[in-house]
Amino acid sequence: MAGQVDNLYFAWLVLSGVVALAVAVLIVWFAIRYRQGSAAKRTLADAAEREKTMRRIEIVWTVVPVVLFLVMFVWSARVYYRSVAVPKDALPIYVVAKQWMWHAEHPGGEREIDELHVPADRPVELVMTSQDVIHSLSIPDFRVKQDVLPGRYTTLWFTANRPGEYHLFCTQYCGASHSHMVGRVVVMEPAAFEGWLSAHANVPTMAARGAQRYRQLGCSGCHGAQATVHAPRLEGLFGRPVQLRDGRFVLADERFIRDAVLLPSEDVPAGYEANMPSFRGQIGEEELLEIIEYVKSLGNATQEVVP
Amino acid sequence: MANGDASVAAQFDDAEQQRTASNLGIWIFLATEILFFGVLFAAYAITRVRFPEAFAAGSRLTNLPLAGTNTAVLVTSSLTMALGVHAARRGARRALVGWLGLTVALGCAFLAIKAVEYRFDYLEHLVPSLDFRYAGPQADQVELFFYLYFFITGVHALHVLIGIGCLATIAVMASRNAFSAAYFTPVDVTGLYWHLVDVIWLFVFPILYLISRS
Amino acid sequence: MNSAAIASHENYLSSGWNWGSWLTTLDHKRIGILYTVTITLLFGIGGAAAAMIRLDLLTPHSQLVSIETYNKLFTMHGVIMVWFFLIPSIPATLGNFLVPMMVGARDLAFPRLNLASWYLFVGGGLFTIYALLAGGVDTGWTFYAPYSTTFSSSHVFAAATGVFIAGFSSILTGLNFVVTIHEMRAPGMTWFRLPLFIWSMYATSLILVLATPVLAMTLMLMAIERTFGIGVFDPALGGDPLLFQHLFWFYSHPAVYIMVVPAMGVASEIVTCFCRNPVFGYRFMAYAILAIAAFGFLVWGHHMFVSGQSAYAGTVFSLLTFLVSVPSAIKVFNWTATLYKGHVSFQAPMLYALGFVGLFTIGGLTGLFLASLGLDVQLHDTYFVVAHFHYVMVGGAVMAFFGGIHFWWPKITGRMYPEGWARFTAILTFIGFNLTFFPQFILGYLGMPRRYPEYPPEFQVWNVLSSAGASLLAFGYVLPLIYLLWSLRYGARAPANPWNAKGLEWETASPPPTENFHTTPVVTEEAYAYSRAESPHG
Repeated sequence: MAGQVDNLYFAWLVLSGVVALAVAVLIVWFAIRYRQGSAAKRTLADAAEREKTMRRIEIVWTVVPVVLFLVMFVWSARVYYRSVAVPKDALPIYVVAKQWMWHAEHPGGEREIDELHVPADRPVELVMTSQDVIHSLSIPDFRVKQDVLPGRYTTLWFTANRPGEYHLFCTQYCGASHSHMVGRVVVMEPAAFEGWLSAHANVPTMAARGAQRYRQLGCSGCHGAQATVHAPRLEGLFGRPVQLRDGRFVLADERFIRDAVLLPSEDVPAGYEANMPSFRGQIGEEELLEIIEYVKSLGNATQEVVP
Repeated sequence: MANGDASVAAQFDDAEQQRTASNLGIWIFLATEILFFGVLFAAYAITRVRFPEAFAAGSRLTNLPLAGTNTAVLVTSSLTMALGVHAARRGARRALVGWLGLTVALGCAFLAIKAVEYRFDYLEHLVPSLDFRYAGPQADQVELFFYLYFFITGVHALHVLIGIGCLATIAVMASRNAFSAAYFTPVDVTGLYWHLVDVIWLFVFPILYLISRS
Repeated sequence: MNSAAIASHENYLSSGWNWGSWLTTLDHKRIGILYTVTITLLFGIGGAAAAMIRLDLLTPHSQLVSIETYNKLFTMHGVIMVWFFLIPSIPATLGNFLVPMMVGARDLAFPRLNLASWYLFVGGGLFTIYALLAGGVDTGWTFYAPYSTTFSSSHVFAAATGVFIAGFSSILTGLNFVVTIHEMRAPGMTWFRLPLFIWSMYATSLILVLATPVLAMTLMLMAIERTFGIGVFDPALGGDPLLFQHLFWFYSHPAVYIMVVPAMGVASEIVTCFCRNPVFGYRFMAYAILAIAAFGFLVWGHHMFVSGQSAYAGTVFSLLTFLVSVPSAIKVFNWTATLYKGHVSFQAPMLYALGFVGLFTIGGLTGLFLASLGLDVQLHDTYFVVAHFHYVMVGGAVMAFFGGIHFWWPKITGRMYPEGWARFTAILTFIGFNLTFFPQFILGYLGMPRRYPEYPPEFQVWNVLSSAGASLLAFGYVLPLIYLLWSLRYGARAPANPWNAKGLEWETASPPPTENFHTTPVVTEEAYAYSRAESPHG
């Protein structure tokens, strides 16, 4: 993927180098050849002839750039679409950015600050949000970058091929220590990565932590099997299209779960009342991500769900 | 080479050029005003799409009778303004001063009614940051509605105030015989500004008070 | 010509020389000079900030200033250079002076509005300087929410107020120009006989008038949110931070065309004069100017490819951005073709103008890198972007501005500047500029982010090169201040048309009389009707 970005870059380098050079050469050549007092021939064709030639030249140097630009536009758009299409088997890592550090959490519960340990040769998806201002996570060596917003999840994905350490930067100005909000990505051979995981495995998984918080906040009181309240069941919910009261269909993804917890009166599913209380202020960004992992663990779209 | 005409400014060649230039100038200015308010309307529209129920609830709490009265007041003031311009075109000085005075009075009435409306909003605890109280769901978003409500109506009221100042100045100038059938450009220009203030209200009123209610 | 005879005529400078005559003037030429003095002062402040930034970046650790101060330095550099130097530069100085003269009028349509616009500009500048003295602003010139609305503890409100007030100055200037160009052209001056500088002022004024109100309201919404905590932009209060970005860039992208379109107009005037050739493809050039202004309103989302806006929106903006580059490319080709079979001479204005064409070309081409969706992901918010916009705005607009100042200096002041020093400075500026900003393209591709006072050590060598270039560039800007001021007293007196140039402004004395023309000119020939046989003097 990074190679594709580089191809685009070098294509532009060549194209713009050629054009810049051509313009520079022409300017210098004309300036010298037609300098004041030089003996160059300056006789012009008659006005009608000049008009016709001029029109032709104008059309050529309008149409040629347009065509070139369209080609480059299509090529670069395709590279972009590939860069945002997350592979289905990508390993998710959850990132919460805050002034001025990166908190990462692996599904197995391993936590990191300003570091990301990832396995080589496997797609990794970063699901990111910010606790305060807009940040941006950039790994230049992988040619990836994505703004990290408060109140939303954004994602980026990559497949690292070469083990090693790589720079990680914050690339959206976020206040005083913006330039200190840097870290490193550690790419490990799969075996080494497993070793790293097991060395840090003496913590509950994200889903387990999420399940605990789910119970602490009383979610199972309405959403659990014994609930007397008419609330949607969460088994098999994640990844499924859900119909809302106003008739629209939305996907039950990370954003849907987050909004349901923080702003429940918004996207109310069909057949239910807007009775769910908001948990805004009672639950942090990392805890939200853990609850999302828990909901994911309750089964995905492969199961039929009875409301 | 000056144009030799006292009522035509030195940079213009003749009265006709002065008139068309002033007209084009005011229309461009009106375009900028539309863009100003356009941003506010856009921000309102986008936020309303995100929180339709909260904004409907907030809109139901606005004072429709007072605002409706104000709409009638402002539309009438546009009529008196147009009649004033008509009088200016005829060179009828006393009629012009009269219509301008009436327009000023209606403008002041608009602001007075608005002040009363704001006071009611205050008494009902609908002024954000002051002592906003709302018992229903999504109180934060209802408060956001009222922020936008006060901001938009406030900016509009400021434009009304400026308009009243211009109108009063023009009225005094008219009473001192500054205008004639041949030269009444400032009346024309002020009239256009006043009509725009009215037109903007004709957007503000439905958007904030009417269509959001459901 | 007898220099005493030239000097003795009454002109706009000799008619009254006290504070009152300047501060209450309605003469567009004097107002142009008032603006020139003001923006020179502000350019000095913005330039000082730049000098400190480049000095601090000599080392990977921020050793000259604290990182908090660095953040305030780049913010003030951006705020001042964008709104208090580049936006007003050519329109308020050269535009104010030349628009009435080039169309054959005695003054602009609304002289009092013109003076008001200068006072508004000064007022806005004072607010911003207050923000600077009171401790600075640290949000970046882009004021992104929610940092600006909720998290920054710096003087955001004062700075935003300063920009808000200065915005009205822009609007009034634009309004004045549009009306003047529409209504006050001399007999015979049809639209397609207008100099391209006027076309560029017209297009710029349309952008000034239509885009600036959006900025005003956006800053107002941001300031009110900051003061009262309303939640239009901050997600913690229920708002949308991307809404701020859309509103901000809806103005700020057309704003960059406010900065560069006037420069294109200046370039056309200078290149034609020093080639003794009409511009190649006059109508295409005029239409290209209008196309840039119109399309410029449609591309703002290319600042937001990585922001979280949808891929669909990104695609549309990328396509439109490629299309807006086409008229700019056409203009570069046309300037090049204007040299063909001309009689080219290389006085300082021409050196600046050719420098503009070259550097604008590089800047514009690098814009295409950024317009490419797939590539922008890598380059966004890196030094590549910084290099790109400095190439177009500084290598482009500022060089053209200096070229214009030199070209019209004899007309404005009645004096010639010292040609040797001016040529030397033009070349020095060109070299210093490239040395400063070309390494930044490399830094950007290697991954160095913007707005970093501290950076990984492997980036140091390019930073040192860039800072070295900046020292040369600084000379390039200080020298004209010295020799231009010197020329006011000791420069050779200028004739009415020292360059033998075409254009109504050259058909009146240098400096011109207050009413510009003793008799209203009548236009009978096309623009740039150079006979190609004569040469510019000097």
